[in-house]
Formats: sequence, C-alpha cells, structure tokens
Amino acid sequence: MLRYVFRRLLTAIPTLFVIVTMAFFLMRVAPGGPFNQERGLSPEIKANLEAQFGLNDPLWLQYVHYLGNLLRGNFGPSYNMPDFTVTELFAKGLPISVQLGASALILALLLGSVLGTIAALNQNKLGDYTVIALATAGSTIPTFVIAPVIQLLFGLTWKLLPIGGWGDGAFINKVGPVLTLALPQIAIVARLMRGSMIESLRSHHIRTARALGLSDWSVVVKHALRGAVLPIVSFTGPAAAALLTGSVIVETIFSIPGVGRYFVDAALNRDYTLVMGTVVVIAIFTIVFNLIVDVMYAVVDPRVRYD
Amino acid sequence: MTDIAATAPVIVGRSLWGDAWARLKANRAAMISLYYLVFIAIISVFGPWFVPHQYTTIYGDYVRTPPSLTAYPKADMIETALNDAVKRMRVEIKEWKQDGERVTVTVTSTKPIDDRNIRYLDRSDAFDNTKIESKSPDGLEVTMSTSVKQQYFLFGTDNTGRDLLSRTLMAGRISLAIGLLAGVVAVAIGVIYGAAAGFAGGKVDEVMMRIVDVLYSLPFIFFVIMLVVFFGRNFVLMFLAVGAVLWLDMARIVRGQALSIRRQEYVQAAEAMGVGQRGILLRHVIPNLLGPVVIYMTLLVPQVIILESFLSFLGLGVQEPMTSWGVLISVGAKNIGTANWLLLFPAFFLVSTLFALNFVGDGLRDALDPKDR
Repeated sequence: MLRYVFRRLLTAIPTLFVIVTMAFFLMRVAPGGPFNQERGLSPEIKANLEAQFGLNDPLWLQYVHYLGNLLRGNFGPSYNMPDFTVTELFAKGLPISVQLGASALILALLLGSVLGTIAALNQNKLGDYTVIALATAGSTIPTFVIAPVIQLLFGLTWKLLPIGGWGDGAFINKVGPVLTLALPQIAIVARLMRGSMIESLRSHHIRTARALGLSDWSVVVKHALRGAVLPIVSFTGPAAAALLTGSVIVETIFSIPGVGRYFVDAALNRDYTLVMGTVVVIAIFTIVFNLIVDVMYAVVDPRVRYD
Repeated sequence: MTDIAATAPVIVGRSLWGDAWARLKANRAAMISLYYLVFIAIISVFGPWFVPHQYTTIYGDYVRTPPSLTAYPKADMIETALNDAVKRMRVEIKEWKQDGERVTVTVTSTKPIDDRNIRYLDRSDAFDNTKIESKSPDGLEVTMSTSVKQQYFLFGTDNTGRDLLSRTLMAGRISLAIGLLAGVVAVAIGVIYGAAAGFAGGKVDEVMMRIVDVLYSLPFIFFVIMLVVFFGRNFVLMFLAVGAVLWLDMARIVRGQALSIRRQEYVQAAEAMGVGQRGILLRHVIPNLLGPVVIYMTLLVPQVIILESFLSFLGLGVQEPMTSWGVLISVGAKNIGTANWLLLFPAFFLVSTLFALNFVGDGLRDALDPKDR
C-alpha cells in the first residue's frame, strides 16, 4: 500500500508539470497584461513595473524562472495586489474556503447518505418519491439562485441568519454559505446512495443475512451500507477538491473573503502569478483527494488491492 | 357483411421512433414539461412584441415599481408625479383635482407662465395628452388638464425603471438561443469526432481519445475563463467556443456507441449480405446513434443555460442593455432587500425551464433506451 501511494505521488509530478506549463502559456497567449488597466499607467511607470517583475524577458526565460521559484515553494508576488505575495493571499483565504467546503462536504455526505438509504428502503413509495423530488430540485436549481433565496428567506424575511459576511468565522455566518454549497451535493449523494443501495440490497450476502434472521437495522447498516458506499467514496474525491478550493458564486454572494474569487479576478486582470498559484493549488487538491479516495477504496472494499 | 373482409386492418409495424414517441406520450411528466418548454419558447420569442413596453425603455417615474395586476399610476402616485412635473415647470400648484381619467391642475407663478410648460406634464410617465384649459389675463395662473396614462407592470420594474416582464421574456430569448446554439455546436463536433474515432479504430482511435482525456483533465472553469479572456464581450462567439469545449462527453458517448454498434449481429448480417460501408452507416449506425445523441443534447442545453447564467452572473457574459436570465438574477441577488421581485421572476423562469428540460431528457432516455423497460 505504501509503495502504491509513493508511486502515485511520483506520477503526480509530471501531471502537475503539464498543467503548470499549459496554464502558463495559455495565460500568456491571452491579449493584455497585468499593467494594462483602464485608468492607464504612464509608459515609463509601466516599463519600470514590467522590468521589476521580469515581464520583458523572453517568455521561455520567464517560464524557467517561474518553475525555479515554484520548486522552491515561491509563488511570486501578486501583480494586482502588490502588498501581498500569492502565498500570503492563500494563507489568508484558503483556511476560510476549506472550513466552508469541509463543513458542506461532511453535511452532504451524512445527509445525502441517510436520504438515499431512506429512498432505497422505501423504493417506489412516498419516502422514495419525496427524496427523488428533493434530489431533482437540488441538482437542478443553480447555486446562484439558491444563495440569494436563502438570503431572502433566512436573512431578510425570518431574520434568522446574517445576510452575508464572514464575521471572523462565527457559526451563524457559516450557515448560509454551507447550506448553499451542500444542497447540490446532498442531491448528488442521495441519488448515488439510492441507486447503489438498491443494488446492494439485492445482492446475495444480504439475502443470506436476512435468511439468518438478522434485524433490519443490522442488515442495512452493517452489511448493505458497506457495499453501497463505494460510489460515494469515488464521488468524494473530485467533490472535495472542488468544494475546498472555494466557490466563486457563494463567496461573492455572501461576501466571504475566501479563495473562490481569486481565479476569476486574477484571470481577468492578467494577474499571472495569482492565476498560476490558483491552478497549482486546485491541481494539488485534486491529485491528493483522488489519491485519498483510491486508498479509501481499498479500506472499504477488501476486494480492491493495490500492489 | 361482405364489407368486413375489405376493411381488414393492414398491420403497420411501429418504427423505432414511432415506438419511442408512443412511450414518451405515455410519460405524463415529460409531456407536461414538453408543452411547458414550447410555451416558454413561444412567449420568449414572440412575447416581447406583444408586451407594450420595450425591454430598453426607461420609465423615470417608475423606478423599482413592485409588480401589480392593476394599472399604474396608483391613486397616491398621481400627486407625487404631479408635484414632480410642476416642480420642473418652476411654478406652484394652487389646486388639483382628479375627475375620472382627467386630472385638472391650476398652477401659479410670480412670472408669466409660458404655454410650452405643459410639455413637462406630457414628459412625465404618468400623464399624457395635456391641454391648457384656461389662463388668467396676467398669465400668472394657468389651469391645465391632462389624462392619466395607464400602464401595466405585471412583473414590476427594475432599478432604472425598465419593465421586468419584457426584460424577462427577452432574457429567455437570449438564454434559450445560447443554450441551443452551444448545444448544437457541441453535438456536431462531438458526433463527428466520436464517430470518426469509433470508425477508424486502432491507433487513430487511441490517439484521438487520448487527446480527449487530456482536454478533460484541465479544469473546466479555467477553459471558460480563458475563452472569456480571448473573445472578450462578444457573447455569440464566446458561446460557439463554449460549445466547442462541451463536446468531450458527446465524443466519448458516440465513439462507444459506434464501436458497439459495429460489432452487433445485424451489422455483421448486413455485411454478409453485401451491404456497403455507406449503406451500413446510413441504415444501421446513424439511426442507432441518434437516440443517445438526442438524449445527451436535451441534457446539454440546461448545462449551457446554467453556464451562461453563471458567466453573466459574474459579469462576463451578456452585457447590458441586452439581458439574459443570469444577468437578471445577478441584479436581483443584489437587490433582494428592497426589490425581491427582481430575483423571484427571472429565477422562476430559469428554474422551471431547467426542470422541464431535465424531465424531457429523462423521458426521452426512458423512451429511446430499449434496455431500460
């Protein structure tokens, strides 16, 4: 197992390298630069700034410089927020996004599994139809509709939650964003769980367990759940990577200072280093979570072996 | 009695599509959704011509007017509108009264009042057809009468006083058009690419599918933002490009189908009977591919609509004064405290359309997939 993890980490290096290279050159092909703003800098100042950040060097040299810095863990300065380095920006925003994303993920996994199991146990009955209806709604209504509706209902009409803001991480400030992030995921998990649970309940070892006279609870929780949870495990990898690296929509609507907006803002402002930093962070999260999921697979399902 | 033999029913076999249509018709959720989609499409395409307001017209006196089934101006708004208009004339109101449709107002001033001042009343969105009834000999006092201009704002108006009904319909036109446009582009590229890979097989297939895998592994949002950066604010070009990104799934599905269809017994039978490549392609492969393509397309259109709304929400998509459901929802989200109808109406249109598209897609899948019965 350890060898497997090690090998996977080694293969991650070329993947990261390809992603970094593609992102670097794609970004540079785009017209405009970090200092071509609408208010316009005088040509001398612009030239000085570009010289200071090495933007006048040939592209390959900039690329080599960037890679060198990256290997030393230096993401470089942000061009549009000159007081911060990219590392500082992530140190500030990432914990916030991770907190929200992790809470949403845990909520989605718990609630989604329970709902999916309820649906599977009541197949083609009222409970099933209710869960299916909820899941359809959750996966159809886009986040940018859910978020303002939550603000409108809970914030303005019933005055239970603050409308937005981070409030130094107060619990009450997290409820709205976490709910918004979690709802579509709950829908996906519930659907996956329903399908795999129905399948799992039909399998031979469940029939045997029932024949042996085990209680319903024991059959479902101890035996069926273990087989049914596999699709959820493989869903968790990409979902965790996406949730933990922040959501543009949720962070914008609820005014949360996370990293979700970095990518969009940075790409639009040609803040090259910040774009690259975001791409690298997202890629690392994706790789790590996919690895964790594959390891989890072997833990949950003893039939899976990595040699 | 001899007629019976003559009218013996001719047995007509049901085609694949006839069969699918019959099954779709039996699916009530899908049929209701289909009618609903047709309804939304018709009101979005033709509606803006029948709504009395242009989607760009600004009614300065009706900023953020709540939706109402009765006509504006309301009784209490007449006085405000009158005061506003008279203030612009730089005169004083002496008295005013409303008499059915007409409002009569008497104004005074310390200087003689010019007749042309009545245009200030006409310019107001609440009044129309102003006439001078009488004038005092010294010209310091004028009595004017004007008729109340009745207007309906069923969905209310937005922050600049534009009718939300016509804007929502116009937005529907744009959102649906973009969904279809990008959907068709994605399907066209995907089908051609996937079919080519599936047919060529071997090394060519290997290489073509590896390219798809590489494109797949790049973060999707990165692609989209790069496209925005390249194509700027030209949304038609941008959505052609978005369509050009979304073809990956389609290519995979079509390739898989093409590979499996080629190995079916009926294709081998046709080959054994001497049917040429062209005949097999037209008679067997394409009809059997159409099912998954149609299903995927109905699921792709809502994806594109969501994507468009997402980009417009971030301010990267459709630009003012043109509008789309995403633009309207983003404005609505910023004004939920003071004008929640700006969010609720467009959100209802968007969400109900997405629901309907999903139900139709599910219905088509059930109808066209013979294995899943």
